[in-house]
Amino acid sequence: MGFGRTIGVAALAAVALAATAGGALAQKRYDAGASDTEIRIGNIMPYSGPASAYGVIGKTEAAYFRKINAEGGINGRKINFISYDDAYSPPKAVEQARKLVESDEVLLIFNPLGTPSNTALQKYLNDRKVPHLFVASGATRWNNPKAFPWTMGWQPSYQSEAHIYARYLLTEKPDARIAVLYQNDDFGKDYVKGLKDGLGAKASMIVAEESYDTSDPTMDDHVARLKASGANVFISITTPKFAAQAIKRLAEIDWKPLQFVANVSASVGAVMMPAGFENAQGVISTAYAKDGADPQWDDDPGMKKFIDFLRNHDPDGNRLDGAIVYGYGVAQTLVEVLTRCGDNLTRDNVMKQAESLKDFAPDTLLPGIRINTSPTNFAPINQLQMMRFKGQRWERFGDIMTADVGH
Amino acid sequence: MSAVEDVATEAPAVEAVPKRAMTLGAGTSLVVLGLLFLVPVFAKNFIVFQLTMLLIYGLAVLALNILTGGSGQFSLGQSAFYAVGAYTSAILMEHGGVNYALTLPIAGVVCFIFGFLFGQPALRLSGVYLALATFALATAMPQLLKLNFFEKWTGGVQGLVVTKPDAPFGLHISQDVWLYYFTLVVAVAIYVFSVNLLRSRSGRAFMAIRDNEIAASAMGIDVALYKTLAFGVSAGITGVAGGLGAIAVQFVAPDSYTITLAISLFLGMVVGGVGWLPGSIVGAAFIIFVPNIAESVSKGLSGAVFGVLLFLIIFLVPHGARQVAIVGQQLLGRLRK
Repeated sequence: MGFGRTIGVAALAAVALAATAGGALAQKRYDAGASDTEIRIGNIMPYSGPASAYGVIGKTEAAYFRKINAEGGINGRKINFISYDDAYSPPKAVEQARKLVESDEVLLIFNPLGTPSNTALQKYLNDRKVPHLFVASGATRWNNPKAFPWTMGWQPSYQSEAHIYARYLLTEKPDARIAVLYQNDDFGKDYVKGLKDGLGAKASMIVAEESYDTSDPTMDDHVARLKASGANVFISITTPKFAAQAIKRLAEIDWKPLQFVANVSASVGAVMMPAGFENAQGVISTAYAKDGADPQWDDDPGMKKFIDFLRNHDPDGNRLDGAIVYGYGVAQTLVEVLTRCGDNLTRDNVMKQAESLKDFAPDTLLPGIRINTSPTNFAPINQLQMMRFKGQRWERFGDIMTADVGH
Repeated sequence: MSAVEDVATEAPAVEAVPKRAMTLGAGTSLVVLGLLFLVPVFAKNFIVFQLTMLLIYGLAVLALNILTGGSGQFSLGQSAFYAVGAYTSAILMEHGGVNYALTLPIAGVVCFIFGFLFGQPALRLSGVYLALATFALATAMPQLLKLNFFEKWTGGVQGLVVTKPDAPFGLHISQDVWLYYFTLVVAVAIYVFSVNLLRSRSGRAFMAIRDNEIAASAMGIDVALYKTLAFGVSAGITGVAGGLGAIAVQFVAPDSYTITLAISLFLGMVVGGVGWLPGSIVGAAFIIFVPNIAESVSKGLSGAVFGVLLFLIIFLVPHGARQVAIVGQQLLGRLRK
């Protein structure tokens, strides 16, 4: 009898304890990497190796988080941004991700760069249920919440951009004979696939395709072969250096098709200026972010904040570099997600907040373009606007277009 | 001209290593093995993963060591053999549904044949010229893997994701720990095989060729056969390492196997001591951990820090870990007296 009562009392005490503990937990909940004073965020960037030009994104993000910390942090918590180098090598990326998750115990992995490196990480991070947020790559595979509920992209996918060009050509230039120049890697191939899917039954409009490797010294031969195909539309799926070379070469051999360049190479400073403004007139592209080199944004409140940030927190940053505009925007999106998490900094809640962004507009996105996510839509930015190069700047035209590529 | 002759006749940095000096004593070997066996009991999974990679790169360095330290031939193309091994394993596992353990001998055999065939034209070359020919192989490989023609199997630029095996027999250990022990068993088996190979008739033939090709041929050694055989064995072991690497990393992509990997393996061999097999593991540790150390010193200058560290090592201990081991042994010997 005495024994029974003891058990009863013990059970009661246990229930009471659990209740109070539960109450305390409801206010503040943490997973590894978060505490009352800090949020640890992991990041992997190619600071060395063939893609080291992108390392500047990691530096910009670090500077942005320093600014947030200087302003008091996120809900009183300081961001501890731990960024490692993978030299653009997938095995190294896996090693660094495991170090971040298992040794540094970060809350989430933010904005690791490159399609191959992220493909290598995706499975590991999803198995461990660690948020793999705002992947720095335009591949379509990051928007697949069913198979990979812990992975989310950020920028518009290459395929959705290609769809927009296809739609434009089908309506505006149904007699188009298209020549495509593309980089022989995941970026180029994903893009060509998007273009063909977008043209659908009319994919035969593509009369010539040329691929180049980043080790090719010039685009001359490729451009000459494409011209010989008799095409009247030229689509340049190229990274900046090669985009500039191609635009210049077209002018030199006096070939005047309707030209498109991929959004990654729409930079005024890095592409249009070196190609020669007179050669770039009428080129068409798309955009989702403001261009730091474009004077039309000088009085824009968002861009003013961006330029202030560069002045005060990242004095080495070059505002003409598109990668810096990118790093600023993506870091701002993460800060928004973490702010919305409040005191519930669990990995579950981070994903829940990341997949319920509504009409969020970072300072550097074009007016009208907003970030929207849902449990079935893991493509934060899926809007783009077309633009045409005129004089020394881009002129946007048409409506903001929403891409319809799923996964 | 004289510089070229130096390389061609003196056999690069490979002064004659007597075969007994190529290995560790039995006692030391057992201690090292015991330590490697016990580590997972105490270490975090992440460390276990790093040690698995250490063993894998160790095997790849060992393979190069047999080629350069054993038979005196240069290779900057090991990344190509590593890639072929990795892709063989990955394709068999993901498209063929073959058990991971069975894919390794297949990867080894495929690479052996590949290496043996590559060794045929390479016969006409020696020293720096051979290094250049293998360099060409290494630069070509990532592009070959991207070809549309193979894309159905290789996944093209997107690569292939590989499923990591669980521990068998209902063992309650994590995938990482299981893979570590699996790799350890394979590595020890290959190490023992390599030591015995170098002590055998074929091993003596390798070394005779390394020390003086003309004398070796005068003694009746089939120089062409043994040179290509050395290439084949080296490629085969590298292929097994590649297969293990694919399973450990769970992903293969052309960008994983660039010339940088070949140079890293070469670095590992030099740092570990050319021709000293146990040095392979030291060399592998160097190529895995030193870049991390360099990065922690300075993110922006990690390459420069790495360069300085490498320079210091080559300057202070030009024969790498072997030299350190010999000095240590002498000190021990003196203490005993």
